[in-house]
Amino acid sequence: MRKKKSDPICILVLFLPAVLAVAPLVFLATGSFMDTQEIRDYIGPVLSGSEGFAVWRLFPVWPTLVNVVELFLDSPEFFQMFWNSMKITAGILAGQLVFGMPAAWGLARYEFPGKKAVWFSYIVLMMMPFQVTMLSEYLVLDKLGLSDTLLAVILPGMFLTFPPFLMYRFFCGIPSSLIEAARVDGAGELMVFIRIGIPVGSSGIISALVLQFLECQSMVEQPLTFLKTKRLWPLSLYLPEVDLSRSGFALCASFVALIPALFAFLYGQDYLEQGIVASAIKE
Amino acid sequence: MKKKFWFTGWCFVLPGFAGVLVFYLIPFLDVVRRSFYNAVGKQFCGISNYRTVFSNEAFWLAAGNTAKFLAVCLPLLLALSFAAALLLQRAGRLASLLKSACLVPLAVPAASVVLIWKLVFDYHGMLNGVLNGIGLNAGRDWMNTEAAFGVLVFSYIWKNLGYDVVLWLAGLTSVPETIYEAARMDGAGAMACFFSITLPCIRPISFTIIVISLLNSFKVFREAWMVAGNYPQESIYLLQHLFNNWFRDLAVDKMSAGAVVLSAVILLLIGTLQKSWKV
Repeated sequence: MRKKKSDPICILVLFLPAVLAVAPLVFLATGSFMDTQEIRDYIGPVLSGSEGFAVWRLFPVWPTLVNVVELFLDSPEFFQMFWNSMKITAGILAGQLVFGMPAAWGLARYEFPGKKAVWFSYIVLMMMPFQVTMLSEYLVLDKLGLSDTLLAVILPGMFLTFPPFLMYRFFCGIPSSLIEAARVDGAGELMVFIRIGIPVGSSGIISALVLQFLECQSMVEQPLTFLKTKRLWPLSLYLPEVDLSRSGFALCASFVALIPALFAFLYGQDYLEQGIVASAIKE
Repeated sequence: MKKKFWFTGWCFVLPGFAGVLVFYLIPFLDVVRRSFYNAVGKQFCGISNYRTVFSNEAFWLAAGNTAKFLAVCLPLLLALSFAAALLLQRAGRLASLLKSACLVPLAVPAASVVLIWKLVFDYHGMLNGVLNGIGLNAGRDWMNTEAAFGVLVFSYIWKNLGYDVVLWLAGLTSVPETIYEAARMDGAGAMACFFSITLPCIRPISFTIIVISLLNSFKVFREAWMVAGNYPQESIYLLQHLFNNWFRDLAVDKMSAGAVVLSAVILLLIGTLQKSWKV
């Protein structure tokens, strides 16, 4: 192995994108603890169109919890939509575990007639943006009487083909000898899947779930298309509606909205990277 | 060896595949059928829906903008992320920290950055403040002029840089170190190593990275829609906006023909890319 040398110029150059990437996060965190008056001093020009330009500080001059209090005690609609986001995410992830995971296992580990066609349709669907399938999804949901319910967003999400594709990659990497050994010991096919496939392929399963979790948290197109009733909206549709004049509250709401994704990111970062790599490279 | 036991295979695949059939494949076939029928779906009308789409001014505006967006942002993202990956390889102990920082935007929901984009790119916003501060009096209204296109490109690169950097790094580290050692023994310099070893070795993965970046580019609609709404500045009116507006008008005829055209173009694009890449 080559020894890892660090080149100060490289680090300096990389500092710019790294800072730009993290800046909005810091910005929201700081803003959450500023009172509206202080924020107004900084971003006044944007709010009122007066002379000068918006500025920002790294730390609030007078840190306050007033926004947090307002958000948690005084805005039931925020919580309603926070839970909607959570229900959508949980529903889709659960569906992927129940339906997507076995499908990935079947495709990775068995030969059967029609497998090529199934696999091909998974790959093609994976490549289609939402705009291609939005009308067809809507027509089905409408026929099933599900339009304008949370299920309209959850059900199609349960059968997205990207998560099974990722799991497939990892399931393929399990050594055949391990599976043969289990069969020789008399394990049934379902037992092989539960006792060997799931534990050994767990990093792939978690990778797919982490990526899907982040995707669900910033879902915009599907709820925008399928949900008309405001009560059912996830946070992603609610946040742009918060008026800029309630800037402290808006910043705090935006910050709290990204906390679940941030936790998933911090705890699942290794899996996230594995998932990203597996989406492009065959093991 | 995979077991030739097809009944079990189907048992695993069927529940998931049934959902895919019900929610995606069968309804899409129905949409293909509808694209040849009138809006109510009763009367066969040949290719007249396609004619309507192709004679629609908004369609050409949106298609042109989307093509232009891809032509600008894909090469830019690939180049920047590749450069960042090469630099990261030389960043030593700080590399993993810097890489994590670049990945953060992937976790930030689009809705959470909308507010910030509004504050940064406003006429009185921070970007103009900074430009003014360094003596460039280039104050402009980023969101309401042609410059909105630049904001969109920035937004896409901000979001996807980390993803692509991770992919390039995986590609770069998959090149066996022994090849480099052998080349250096033969007296090859850093440049020769880069052009004769690194580039050819990462060629296959670069195809996948292009495809993934292409697919992710459609999600830029989120930021665009949330910052600028259904009818943004003309230069960032994308196909996604068009489909969304057609949907609100319940223009089933245009939508079905449009969906067929869009899916065909994407498959064709990826197919051509694959051919020209010979992977």
